[in-house]
Amino acid sequence: MKQKAYIYRSFERFWHWMQALSIFFLAATGFEIHGSFTFFGYQNAVKYHNVAAYTFIILIVFAIFWHFTTGEWKQYLPTTKHLKAQINFYLIGIFQNAPHPTKKTVLSKLNPLQKLTYLGLKILVIPTMVISGLLYMFYRYPQKGTIEGLNIGTIEVIALFHTAAAFLLMAFVIVHLYLITTGATITSNLKAMITGYEELEAHEAPENEDLKNEKNEVEV
Amino acid sequence: MKKIVIPLVLIGLVILSAISFLTSKNTEVTKLAVLKEQFDKKNVQHVDHTQFAELKKKFTSPQQVTEACIVCHNGRAQEIMQSNHWNWERAEYVKGRGIVYLGKRNAINNFCIGTEGNEMSCAKCHVGYGMSNSKTFNYNDESNIDCLVCHDNSETYAKAQEKGGAPDPNIDLTNIAQHVGKPKRTNCGVCHFFGGGGNNVKHGDLEKSMFEPAKSVDVHMGTDGMNLQCVDCHKTENHMISGKMYSLSSMNRNRALCEDCHTESPHDDAILNKHTLKVACQTCHIPIYAKVNATKIAWDWSTAGKLKDGKPYEEDDAEGNHTFLSIKGNFTWGKNLKPDYVWFNGTAGHYLLGDKVADTTKPLVLNPLYGSYNDVDSKIIPVKIHRAKQPFDPVNKILIQPKLYAEKVGEGALWKDFNWETASEVGMKDVNLPFSGKISFIKTEMYWPVNHMVSSKENTVKCNECHTRENSRLAGLNDFYMPARDFSPVIETAGKAVLLFSFLLVLAHGGFRIFSSRKMKKKG
Repeated sequence: MKQKAYIYRSFERFWHWMQALSIFFLAATGFEIHGSFTFFGYQNAVKYHNVAAYTFIILIVFAIFWHFTTGEWKQYLPTTKHLKAQINFYLIGIFQNAPHPTKKTVLSKLNPLQKLTYLGLKILVIPTMVISGLLYMFYRYPQKGTIEGLNIGTIEVIALFHTAAAFLLMAFVIVHLYLITTGATITSNLKAMITGYEELEAHEAPENEDLKNEKNEVEV
Repeated sequence: MKKIVIPLVLIGLVILSAISFLTSKNTEVTKLAVLKEQFDKKNVQHVDHTQFAELKKKFTSPQQVTEACIVCHNGRAQEIMQSNHWNWERAEYVKGRGIVYLGKRNAINNFCIGTEGNEMSCAKCHVGYGMSNSKTFNYNDESNIDCLVCHDNSETYAKAQEKGGAPDPNIDLTNIAQHVGKPKRTNCGVCHFFGGGGNNVKHGDLEKSMFEPAKSVDVHMGTDGMNLQCVDCHKTENHMISGKMYSLSSMNRNRALCEDCHTESPHDDAILNKHTLKVACQTCHIPIYAKVNATKIAWDWSTAGKLKDGKPYEEDDAEGNHTFLSIKGNFTWGKNLKPDYVWFNGTAGHYLLGDKVADTTKPLVLNPLYGSYNDVDSKIIPVKIHRAKQPFDPVNKILIQPKLYAEKVGEGALWKDFNWETASEVGMKDVNLPFSGKISFIKTEMYWPVNHMVSSKENTVKCNECHTRENSRLAGLNDFYMPARDFSPVIETAGKAVLLFSFLLVLAHGGFRIFSSRKMKKKG
């Protein structure tokens, strides 16, 4: 039995879409600064990239606050439970119309692969981007009469970290855009992130979830 | 309601922060306005020299004029006698050499090579009279100071050709003496625009179009603009003129800098201001030089002496620049040139007469400019590189200073006798150096910092002329990482591979999903 559930609250949706916008814009301007192509013009690209970076950082600050005040951060706690089943689903089950091995609920929105990926983004890729980005903006050339320890002689290392993380983030975006289509229907995930509502299996006691999933698998 | 309020507040914050970072303060305009106001005050002549009894007489020799000047301007002669305009040398600390006396008297260049032995011709640009020999010239005789070459405001003063600095005999000394004042572009230009024996031969950014330049040629000196004179920037006190050329200077001192007026952070844009730590103003603000007339970029002495029917001849290009002269060899000229770029910390080395050349396989740089990215004093500056092939004694391993000029045939001068052997023999004897009798020609380079012909801010070098993968203006400076130009091949390759792999994976997975769902539908 299916039931309409409110799984993405308004801030979460706002945060998601603003983040999406920021990342696309930062990538477009950032790779122009990197010399990959010319579109905005170099000076504009730098200017826009810096403005977008600040908006992105403000957004991140609010998002962190939101995650902790709502307890949503627990969604990202990694687990190995069903990890193999999830991998098997993407490798085999999905082609056989098999149901998702983990059930989406309001309290557990992410499958174990998503948990791992998003946690990686949150504690590795995004911090690398933000820290290297801030250093990129505020590093100080060695100059006379300054404290040597606070100077950065070259931006090479900073730039390389920033670029490497950008490539990873772009790879995430490509895969993420595709995996949107792997919900209950092709558009159900997208609709959920726009409206906040998704048709989920009727809510049962969480402890039964696992059992049920296993049963499902057996049935298939 | 609450649901709407939070996003609204957030969107508001985002927009506010965007606006605050996008708007710039217009400090530049006020700074420039102050400078314009300051330099707009026309230089008023405070005294009328025609009224002085001392100058109301018929001058028959230039020395008489100098003596008349000194009657009122006492003490000034001593200042001149301290200057390198007079001494043609000054004490300089040179890295690896210590303190040396360095100047036109003992440095070698790759234009007309050197002055010693050729003074009658070269001393046309000496601020004195009668320097036929720089070794025997009396540097303590103040009456031989040429006040007029710098202070004539009648624009009628001229020095004679090949007379060791004496004035043209046809000029009206009395009239000139009565019309003296602060030096103008013409006073400096008569020598500094024609160094090396012709217009724009040496500098590339200082030439006769700068007598009355348009603003498009030089934004400061443009007669349709602020019309600045040389001495407005080359500030001078007690006849010590600020600014110098590193063909003959070595130390980071007494420089005339853009920052003296414009400060070190003249832009509205913080990122541009940050550039000024490592990039000299000229690098972006002088996108091209030799804007009006061509400058010499290469000089091949090895063909000099070639005659046609036993007579010297010349060849010119379409614009009238000499491409060959029997007395000097072959030349290459360039116009509207993009400068080369080097790191420079304000110190330079020099090839001095008699220095041994160890390695002749690569071009010998006669005045290496020192600096590097890691040196806190260094900035990137634009330079003109002048390349030459010039005479060299392969046995003694020293550059040859030939005797070029003489009044008569038979004194050994190349320009009269067209014989390299005798010219080298006489020339090296003049400078007390050995000559083996063998002559070869080696490649040399000189670096001439480009500081003039500043373009308007609309025409400055654009970001992506340097920040670009292909043909970056700074392609030659490889000791630092520059965004857009540089990248790590490893990260670039790995990053692109990851992106391509992700894309193919998604494509394959999606394709297979479509395929399998169709198959299942058929089955179902």
